[in-house]
Amino acid sequence: MSERVEIQKTYKTYVGGAFPRSESGHYYKVVDSEGDFLANACRCTRKDFRDAVKVARSAFGGWSSRSAYNRGQILYRIGEMLENRRDQFVKELGTIGFTKEEADADINASIDRLIYYAGWTDKYQQVFGSVNPVASSHFNFSLLDPTGVVSILAPENSPLLGLVSVIAPVIAGGNVCVVHASEQYPLPAISFAEILNSSDVPGGVVNILTGIRSELVEHFSSHMDVNAIFYTDSLDKETKTMIDELASNNVKRVVKKIQRDWYEEDAESPYFIVDFQETKTTWHPVGF
Amino acid sequence: MSESTIKETTYKPTSPNSKLDFASLWEYAPAPESPAKLKIKNQYQLFIDGKFQKPSKGRYFKSVNPATEEEITEFAEATQKDVDKAVKAARQAFEGEWSSLSPKSRGKYIYRIARMLQERAREFAIAESMDGGKPIRESRDVDIPLVAAHFFYYAGWADKLDFAFPGKKPEPLGVCGQIIPWNFPLLMLAWKIAPALACGNTVVLKPAETTSLTAMMFAELVQDAGLPAGVVNIVTGAGQTGSEIVNHKDIDKIAFTGSTGVGKIIQKSLAGTDKKYTLELGGKGALILFEDAAIDQAVEGIINAIYFNQGHVCCAGSRLLVQENIADKVILKLKDRLETLIVGDPLDKNTDIGAINSKQQFETVNSYLELGVEEGADVYQSKCSIPDSGYFIRPTLFTNVSQSNRIVQEEIFGPALTVQTFRTADEAIEKANNTPFGLAGGVWTDKGSKIFRVGKGLRSGVIWANTYNKFDPTSPFGGYKESGVGREGGLHGLAAYVNLK
Repeated sequence: MSERVEIQKTYKTYVGGAFPRSESGHYYKVVDSEGDFLANACRCTRKDFRDAVKVARSAFGGWSSRSAYNRGQILYRIGEMLENRRDQFVKELGTIGFTKEEADADINASIDRLIYYAGWTDKYQQVFGSVNPVASSHFNFSLLDPTGVVSILAPENSPLLGLVSVIAPVIAGGNVCVVHASEQYPLPAISFAEILNSSDVPGGVVNILTGIRSELVEHFSSHMDVNAIFYTDSLDKETKTMIDELASNNVKRVVKKIQRDWYEEDAESPYFIVDFQETKTTWHPVGF
Repeated sequence: MSESTIKETTYKPTSPNSKLDFASLWEYAPAPESPAKLKIKNQYQLFIDGKFQKPSKGRYFKSVNPATEEEITEFAEATQKDVDKAVKAARQAFEGEWSSLSPKSRGKYIYRIARMLQERAREFAIAESMDGGKPIRESRDVDIPLVAAHFFYYAGWADKLDFAFPGKKPEPLGVCGQIIPWNFPLLMLAWKIAPALACGNTVVLKPAETTSLTAMMFAELVQDAGLPAGVVNIVTGAGQTGSEIVNHKDIDKIAFTGSTGVGKIIQKSLAGTDKKYTLELGGKGALILFEDAAIDQAVEGIINAIYFNQGHVCCAGSRLLVQENIADKVILKLKDRLETLIVGDPLDKNTDIGAINSKQQFETVNSYLELGVEEGADVYQSKCSIPDSGYFIRPTLFTNVSQSNRIVQEEIFGPALTVQTFRTADEAIEKANNTPFGLAGGVWTDKGSKIFRVGKGLRSGVIWANTYNKFDPTSPFGGYKESGVGREGGLHGLAAYVNLK
């Protein structure tokens, strides 16, 4: 009997809860650790990014008004689903050079990170909000409120754990995001999108694009309906400057947290949530 | 007394359905605060390294009283060399005496500043009104008391910072460059300097070129308070001086309050550097007035929201969104109330609206008033008298405007309110959020649940419910979107001046 011919997976993008191809019709080759062909990834464009921002913006109202408890449940659910489908990720990480032990450790840490942020959703407000003792006769309190649409340049060298570590705190706080997956290792990101898609995360809350980073950074930084840009890789001076300059056009928040090791203790913290929050202070008179 | 026997002129001014009539019941005699005891120098030098130093290029610029157009004094223009000298002094103080002080002692110096401000409060208030044009009632009762309170509040944080950031250890940033606007000159100085010092930083601050007087008086106070040299440096000058600060290589942090336009330029100038920054920029606050609100209270609130400080307030409530069924009544009441506002001498205790801060701003506001007419709005201005000289503008109301009008979208920074209507709460929220800004907003309703629902929907950093333009050192302030980055005031304001380890 001849060997069975395997059905290869088509990797597309994840936008608005669906898996469209790039509007450009272009692709780039993804190779394994031996340099052999693995898959064609979508080579996304400015138009793809704009489409993703549009659906992200329309998902923001709904997601940000979910109760903290509900967001926590959904993040927990993502962790559950990842646990359930870990074999797929072991295999996929294996193709790009992870040993079985390394892949297991990466997946374990990713799941634990999701659970960590699931637990924060209904707590950070209590830790970082405040009631302010103003001198006049007013009741005054400050709450954290999500910044809005966040564009994320996911870590280039940590295709799963790094990806999860940048997405989780952003959505835990009620933001929505458009993520550029690792250029060299985009496949785990698209598989992670399948997890998101089956975890009660509303469509549009997380959108994942693949493509050539140098082609996309400009659009991720310049879009006028994006409120913040987030990256954790150490970038060259020129790219860093470009991001900052383009961000200034609409006073975008630029959150750079250089993280080399996602297993470090400081790779997870509620401050990752707080960085994407606005403080909103409300005053009301006290009296009869 | 039956209704028919009440004559119009005998209505009490507060009678709900009558025209407000203050003037025929009593007259206001002028009650000016005297500047006689105020010692203004003919010329002010730069305050660097604890000493008053002449500017390296020897250039000075005049400061004008906007209410009289008379010159008050002149200030030194700090150029590159001077800014560099100030930064060096600040660096030296940071690496030396200031950092070696215990947090408790650092706090005591700030307390000392707070107390001395209280002691010299009247002098500061008079100077603020003369130099900037704001009514003495506001500088005396709002600005200066808040300045002292701000220093008092942050002084206490100096030795308690370890409690502010759970799980983290805060460390000072180093030298902070701070650039402040002309609308609340000394208050903005306090918002910048107090938290910076409390967190253990040193500062180089530039006041606005039209309102440097109280900053220089503050420098004298710092000297008298015996602060170590170089901890506070104050350099005067215009945009170029500010740019020298922003681009100085040895500054660790920039804090700016001013227009969104300049804020963007600063953010861009800092591109590629690791300088931290906070920006407190422009706004176009919406006032949402529901039919169930206490209308007279709301009218008072709206007047305070837009005409406070001549409308030179970044968080001013400059757009009224009134529920359609009460719009006519509210507009009528607003017009009535407008007529009672007294525009004139900022030093007069009766004055409600003082002078526009500068000739330049006077022209900007006037150009917006013309633009409003061009855009087809109906304009209403109070018929009050205004002084012959000085920069004065009558309180103004624009009705018949639409969301896309420039007078609705852009910050006028003057005493001009636009009025739009809405039918549903969702429509009001949508309109309120439909500008690039997100600094402040107001809600008037008698229904608690509505306050929270609308407040949640508003994308702005401050929500005033059934009140407006209230400030307190414990209350964080700052904007969403293009209104800025970061918060000033309260515990949250500390984050702008520390690195978290």
